Amino acid sequence: MTTILERVKTALGPEMAGPGLAFVAVVLVFGIASPQFLSAATFGSVAFQLPELGLLTLAMLLPILTGGLNLAITFTANIAGLTVAWVLSENGGVDAGVGILIVGCLLAVLVGAASGVVMGLVIAFTRAHPILVSLSMMIFLRGLGEFLTRGGDISGFPAFVGPIGHGSIAGIPVPLIVFIVCVLGWHVLLGRTKLGFNTYMIGSNLEATRYSGINTRKAIVLVYTLSGVMCAAAGIIMLARFNSVRIGHGESYLLITVLACFLGGVNPFGGFGRVIPVFVALVVLQLLSSGLNLIGANQHLATAVWGILLVGVMILRWLASKIRISIIRKGS
Amino acid sequence: MRSLIRTHATEFSLLAVIVVISTVLSFATANFFSLGNAFDLLNISAVNIIFAVGLLAVLIAGGIDISFAVAASVVQYCAAIVLGWIGGGGWISGLLIAGSLGVLLGCVNAFLIHRFRIISIVATISTFNIYFGLLMFFTRGVSIYDLPDWLTDRVILFEHEMPDGTWIEITLPVLVMAVCVVATWLLITRTTTGRQLYAFGDNPEGARRFGINIGAMQFIAFGWLGLMAGIGGLIQAHYAQEVVPNALYGRELDVLAAVVLGGARLGGGKGSVLGCVLGVLLISITQNGLNLMGVSPFAFKMIVGAIILIAITISNTRIERLLAFVGEKGAGR
Repeated sequence: MTTILERVKTALGPEMAGPGLAFVAVVLVFGIASPQFLSAATFGSVAFQLPELGLLTLAMLLPILTGGLNLAITFTANIAGLTVAWVLSENGGVDAGVGILIVGCLLAVLVGAASGVVMGLVIAFTRAHPILVSLSMMIFLRGLGEFLTRGGDISGFPAFVGPIGHGSIAGIPVPLIVFIVCVLGWHVLLGRTKLGFNTYMIGSNLEATRYSGINTRKAIVLVYTLSGVMCAAAGIIMLARFNSVRIGHGESYLLITVLACFLGGVNPFGGFGRVIPVFVALVVLQLLSSGLNLIGANQHLATAVWGILLVGVMILRWLASKIRISIIRKGS
Repeated sequence: MRSLIRTHATEFSLLAVIVVISTVLSFATANFFSLGNAFDLLNISAVNIIFAVGLLAVLIAGGIDISFAVAASVVQYCAAIVLGWIGGGGWISGLLIAGSLGVLLGCVNAFLIHRFRIISIVATISTFNIYFGLLMFFTRGVSIYDLPDWLTDRVILFEHEMPDGTWIEITLPVLVMAVCVVATWLLITRTTTGRQLYAFGDNPEGARRFGINIGAMQFIAFGWLGLMAGIGGLIQAHYAQEVVPNALYGRELDVLAAVVLGGARLGGGKGSVLGCVLGVLLISITQNGLNLMGVSPFAFKMIVGAIILIAITISNTRIERLLAFVGEKGAGR
């Protein structure tokens, strides 16, 4: 019995405790407070809202694991969405074919990757702080987007774009499928590949990693490139969901993605953290805002509660470490 | 002189960049190089500089704060309500109320960080969401336009008509900014507390073993930023003549970029008031110059972002390293 528990514990990892507890607490509290909470409707709304924030959080996760931060994610997503919109409207607008959309998406991924490559190169070769580099990239991309769109919306896409944002396959929303595929991709990337291993090593100790003969610069550039690619995916999903592109869509998600990563037990200095706990943390955040909606609060209160939740989890972690230390002292 | 340049490399390179940009702009536009425009620049950047020197104290102490701009909005709103209750008030009571509310909000951050050992970026991202969420929830996003007269009246401390008919004026925000800048400079360079802040930011464990009260350091740094955020918030309300709950949303990242551009190190122990002021001014001067050149306002941010990106790339790259990079590339082929 204990060995099974131990095995589950090691499989889930220490990061799982915070989001896991929060998940149980949220489901219990809202399940009691509102009879409609534990229904298909709630989970349907969570399933549709989760992917946008989720994909952006995945984009944020990799840089945080290397000890950095990518503050340009939301505007990279906007610019990628803009690329798709531009390709579509240049090639027939409402009458554009599926092929055009695929070309647009490929270009969007390239654009996202390009923004990541630039950031990665500057960070890797000048050792400038990632916060500053990505911040200036964010200001640049926002300006570029506002310059191109003059602050307006771009809409008028062919009818088949809609189902990517709203449709379901076998009862599962399409955005959710995209998101889960991306989560699994990131999980495999971080757990099974050389780049994933290097990412953790760089986050723990950059210099030691470099002295071990790992090309840290290449790894950092790749990490930011992949982050940019994930932003492009988020941008395409956002375009399909809103059926329009506006610079500033999802801007408020920026700091929420950082919050979700920390809630998921990712170390703010990098080196530690896993995808699945972050996924659970995201589900908790969405459940919270859906539950608060049900009892009549608005998104702003949900934002405040998200902040309180993070503080609460952090205080619990602090308490747990205190208790652990006192147990060790008593034992010896 | 040479050692001065070496110890203040960031400040000098920033100054050089500002001089280059200003020279280009004064040739490109007719009105840039005038005293009137210089004073306009000061009036415009006053609030950001107040925020920036406050943030500097936190960065020196090894922390980071995302929540201060939203805290300033909370202070604005609460101060406007409290001033309504007490029936008007004046500049003294206004600054006292705003300052103490700001210190209170800053101390919430310090308390979380010190008492529960939460890392500052995590703690302040939480408080950012808490402050902003609660502010928008309780105010429902409604702005206050009905402010006391003393707060909305422009206070001109000094004005002078230039021979060409333009006016130079120093307004109250500039005075407050100057006081804040000098006070911060005194705090971090002329007091024991200031030296302790640098020591704490550079090596917290070393500072603790040296007998520095690290709890006090957190409260002083975040309290100082809170004070500056409170004052800046009130001044911003004075400047804009209204209180809009989400007016300062997003300002934190702009100020952070300016301060770090000015040589403050994320991670602590480094930074100067001069650099921080120059960082803010560089961005203001660029925007102002672009405006005078008749560039579309939509392109401002794009150009400013590109300039910051280029500035950090250059300031972080020494010539040797660039050469090494070229050599490596050659060897790779």
